[in-house]
Amino acid sequence: MLQQVDRVEGLQRVNDFVVKFANVNGSGSASANALFAKAVLRMGIPATPRNIFPSNIQGLPTWYEVRVSEKGYLGARGGGVDLMVQMNPQTWDQDIADIAPGGYLFYDNTKVLPPSKFRRDIVVIGVPLTEMTNAAYKSTRERQLFKNIVGLGALSMLLDMDPAAVEQLLAEQFKGRDKLIAANVQALHMGRDWVTANLEAPIGLRLKRADAVGDRIFVEGNSAAALGAVYGGATVCAWYPITPSSSLAEAFTRWCQRFRVDKETGTNKFAIVQAEDELASIGMVIGAAWNGARAFTATSGPGISLMQEFIGLAYFAEIPAVIFDVQRAGPSTGMPTRTQQTDILSCAYASHGDTKHVLLFPEDPYECFEFGALAFDLADRLQTPIFVMLELEVGMNERLCRPFQWDDSRKLDRGKVMTAEELQAGKKFGRYLDVDGDGIPYRTLPGTHPTKGAFFTRGTSKDAMARYSEEGHDYQENMERLLKKHHTARTLVPPAVIRTAPEGAKYGAIYYGTTSPAMFEADEILADQGITLDLCRVRGFPFGDEVRDFITAHDHVFVVEQNRDGQLRSLLVNELEIDPKRLVKVVHYDGTPITARFIADAIARRLQSTPLPSLREVVS
Amino acid sequence: MTFLPKPKLHHPDLQKNALGYTRRDYEGPVSTLCAGCGHDSISAAIVRACFELDIAPHRVAKLSGIGCSSKTPTYFLGASHGFNSVHGRMPSVATGANLANRDLIYLGVSGDGDSASIGLGQFAHAMRRGVNMVYIVENNGVYGLTKGQFSATADKGAKSKRGVVNTDEPIDLVGLALQLGATFVARSFSGDKAQLVPLIEAALKHQGAAFIDCLSPCVAFNNHDGSTKSFDFVREHNEAVNALDVMLPREEITADYAPGTVELVTQHDGSVLRLRKLHVDYDVHDRVAALTYMQERHAAGEIVTGLLYVDPEPRDLHAALKTCATPLNALGDTALVPGSAALDKLNATLR
Repeated sequence: MLQQVDRVEGLQRVNDFVVKFANVNGSGSASANALFAKAVLRMGIPATPRNIFPSNIQGLPTWYEVRVSEKGYLGARGGGVDLMVQMNPQTWDQDIADIAPGGYLFYDNTKVLPPSKFRRDIVVIGVPLTEMTNAAYKSTRERQLFKNIVGLGALSMLLDMDPAAVEQLLAEQFKGRDKLIAANVQALHMGRDWVTANLEAPIGLRLKRADAVGDRIFVEGNSAAALGAVYGGATVCAWYPITPSSSLAEAFTRWCQRFRVDKETGTNKFAIVQAEDELASIGMVIGAAWNGARAFTATSGPGISLMQEFIGLAYFAEIPAVIFDVQRAGPSTGMPTRTQQTDILSCAYASHGDTKHVLLFPEDPYECFEFGALAFDLADRLQTPIFVMLELEVGMNERLCRPFQWDDSRKLDRGKVMTAEELQAGKKFGRYLDVDGDGIPYRTLPGTHPTKGAFFTRGTSKDAMARYSEEGHDYQENMERLLKKHHTARTLVPPAVIRTAPEGAKYGAIYYGTTSPAMFEADEILADQGITLDLCRVRGFPFGDEVRDFITAHDHVFVVEQNRDGQLRSLLVNELEIDPKRLVKVVHYDGTPITARFIADAIARRLQSTPLPSLREVVS
Repeated sequence: MTFLPKPKLHHPDLQKNALGYTRRDYEGPVSTLCAGCGHDSISAAIVRACFELDIAPHRVAKLSGIGCSSKTPTYFLGASHGFNSVHGRMPSVATGANLANRDLIYLGVSGDGDSASIGLGQFAHAMRRGVNMVYIVENNGVYGLTKGQFSATADKGAKSKRGVVNTDEPIDLVGLALQLGATFVARSFSGDKAQLVPLIEAALKHQGAAFIDCLSPCVAFNNHDGSTKSFDFVREHNEAVNALDVMLPREEITADYAPGTVELVTQHDGSVLRLRKLHVDYDVHDRVAALTYMQERHAAGEIVTGLLYVDPEPRDLHAALKTCATPLNALGDTALVPGSAALDKLNATLR
């Protein structure tokens, strides 16, 4: 049964390897794969899974890559795969080629393949999964589903995984359906028993219980952001389906059904509309927010393009709006199921005319939740669109992160809304008057007071009292005030997270979003090579003073991004008036998540092959 | 340009409605549209309808897109919040506003360019969702602000002021509204105040998607011979199927008409529509027959007006979404934020 082509010394690693599952889309493999990742976590070992999938529903190849790392590296590792679980003949050749030398191939050997289909430098492990499940189950559906679990069982034996971790997960997943639990546990052991009887186990890759997970949670960024919207008090969601953001709106629906249905009446304290397109989505958000409800949409790059006109209206008429942009590879339809950080400029300067918008860059699900909730306060406070810039990488993958937290004394900040009482008491109201000197005017909500506080909202220019005006000075004063308001926003967005080396480094690195774990790991790789970096993780735009200070304190700063043109770098150059020479572009944009190896390589090569000239004298 | 406040000189004997408001309280600044524009008559009809229905002006939110018609909300209901949004997108803004606060009255004003051309999609979807609003299209068949290009409701064969003949089929918004499930559909003419005011009143009382296609001739660009949207043409070809009175619940209802000529339709809020039938066979509750009738009469070159369809018990978007009775914009922190305990519980399930 064991189709070992050659006797190869396999890789020997404990709690530090990459497993890749090659599956067929729609074959039910997803839940078994997720079970594997979760079981690793239950053993106290950090694991980071990534879905790699085509823009397709059924039949095409899909992969699930799990990086197991007791050290806690959550970024994609890059390089060859240590263990390939090959369950899809369509991608055989490609998957075999992907295995690292000395790596392992796990496959269904029911159908015998010629030796030419294998490599000589890998360990081949064949398990007759189809044969086993065909013998044990009658229906095609059962055979298909249990094949995944039998496979998981075999794998668990080979990797020395604690079966109790998987059994516990099955018990939780099928709680109350004892028959289903028993059937799955049986399938799991069918796989384990077969390996015990036929193969040498464990192999060189092993899982060993550890205590490196702590109280962290494991959740998708889209789901976390949607939960943030619930905690941020969002009541209106208008959206149009688009990968990779659809699951955010769908998660919002689920969270609302859980937290926002009135127990007595069964009515909903939320309204979710699947709109006819992105234009209508953002239009509904703007209408709702104009009328005092907290409202958001979730979209991706093409949706942002479609929303441009409305975004300009919200900016100019000063209406709150929250836009979750789960970025994917562009331009145009691009690679809809691949990750990038590619809408930075199209969001920062969205719409025609002079505009600048507020952006937030969450690194993980924890911040998706945190910034998701914060965005609604910021939108109301600043009366302007707020973009939460997720990426497919964090949106559609489960990721280990700090547990969600909420301070019960925190109140939703509704911003400057003048009440009927204030109007009645004679408080002066001018919709676009800068009363407080922060550029943020007061607004009133429709229906507030019978005779006071009504105004006309428009996208045309107006004076401070909201009256239509084409006077140059009215227009210009308004535009200057909007700029002042944007300046105020600098103090409200989350500040950059800066980590400086004890002795201070000559070079710095700026990064944001999901680059975070890869950057940390790269920093350690570089440190081993004697290259020290100071790190600055940008979390919001407009940039705070700390970002400017960080740049000026270094000879050169690498700006690490996941797009072709270095969009954040352009924004830094443009907004902080930084000499572009100071900012060295490090970009990774093939649609796969950036890796530590890539970053470390790029920076090391840059410093070693063409040393950067010192800019200190030039600049100072 | 200009903002022209209207002098607030109230005649002491001005008639007041049940809320104590005079007609003046429903007006806005002076219109900047062309003298004689049909749109101004519609604004006047809206003012009168709101006055007569005793609607508190601040409880109305008026929304529009872009175009001559969309400018008009500035010129009526000065004490109401208004929103002049982007071209063709008023329906989505109105939908969102309506979701946020179900207690206000939403009045959307649009034009044929705004709703039948650039905004056709949003018009259609607002109708099919049953957004509780009054949606008036001030239909003149041309783009006024850009000086006289045909719009999508211009009839095939109609001649522009410059002599160009329109070769495209017209889009009939009434037909679309009927097909897409609007629960109140009417057509009127800005030159027929007696017909228009009660229709607007009935629409304001309707608790669902109420659509009024109001022919409103453009005196600057579409009021010449050869136009099918001119005052003369519409007057000559206007064929009303009924005449309407709206009676508030407090009014005594009298029906002193010959049997079969009057129908009383009680709306959800208790108001009664008294329909004097001008076409005995026309049934305002038969959507399919209404569609057929519209098409037949259109083919014969006639413009059917009046209340064309009404469902007195409509289900609106809020009913479909099962939203709570409290307006969403009035829900406080306690109702919205599940708190830390719920989060701790949730965290435990994510490990």
